[in-house]
Amino acid sequence: MSWLLVILGAAVGAPLRYLTDRAVQARHDSPLPWGTLTVNTAASAVLGLITGAVGAGAASTRVALLVGTGLCGALSTYSTLSYETLRLIEDGHRRLAALTAAASLLAGIGAAAVGVTLARALWG
Amino acid sequence: MVEQPAPQRTPPADPTGPRATAEPRPTADPTVAATDPDVDLHLPAQRAELRAHPALLLGVIAAGGALGACARYGAALAWPTHPGGFGWTTVAVNTVGCAAIGMLMALVRATRLAHPLARPFLGTGILGGFTTFSTYAVDVDGHLDDGRPLTALAALALTPAAALAAVWAATAVTRGLLARCGERRRGERRR
Repeated sequence: MSWLLVILGAAVGAPLRYLTDRAVQARHDSPLPWGTLTVNTAASAVLGLITGAVGAGAASTRVALLVGTGLCGALSTYSTLSYETLRLIEDGHRRLAALTAAASLLAGIGAAAVGVTLARALWG
Repeated sequence: MVEQPAPQRTPPADPTGPRATAEPRPTADPTVAATDPDVDLHLPAQRAELRAHPALLLGVIAAGGALGACARYGAALAWPTHPGGFGWTTVAVNTVGCAAIGMLMALVRATRLAHPLARPFLGTGILGGFTTFSTYAVDVDGHLDDGRPLTALAALALTPAAALAAVWAATAVTRGLLARCGERRRGERRR
């Protein structure tokens, strides 16, 4: 059952990342990978919320597997982020690469903290 | 969802006249490298792929994502992280996934015969589903929250350093091997 929940969540999360990345790129052409930043930040916020909810006893491990491990895990990505950063470095955009890395980390960790805090305020 | 064609990042010197400068010139050259392995709208083939076969493409990405996520979940079950412990499994998963994307993109770039669904299935699907940013972010946040600022700092720095080193090394090694194979093939042809 737990495997099925992970599969279901990921089968939604991965195409959602692809579609979000397309939508962001189509509207905002930039050398900075805004699409990846968007999915990673959103997934971090939702996983923070789920982690906080599970900690407060408001969400079951099933929800954590479906939405957390499956959906948020597949929606967010480290492989795409690292490859994009490498390409920026290779193309001579070292500052943009550093900016991408710093912005991704700050936005992701900030979003996770907001999610956990929100869950505690709601269910804590 | 209406998608506008993405403008070229650097306008190419175009010999075909002024008409081509008004709209992005579709460069069909497969050696033009994608910047974003999920999807790069600067490449005409990737701009057209969703409209050409949406159900197949999204299905392939979903299947790959599910496989990747199962591999990550399996790793988490095999090497569990105890509450408050350092998330070594996630670090390892992300590092392996980053090395694999470096290899994959070097191969896709070099082999002109790469199947059009290879990148969506392997890169966007499997590797995107296998690696995870959200668990990394929540892990760092958890260490901060529990009053372990040094562990949080180590977790914060370790994954990006390992990920970048892995993608760089895998790309360099794969490109080197491909170049050596190409040289050998050319040498055989000359004989």
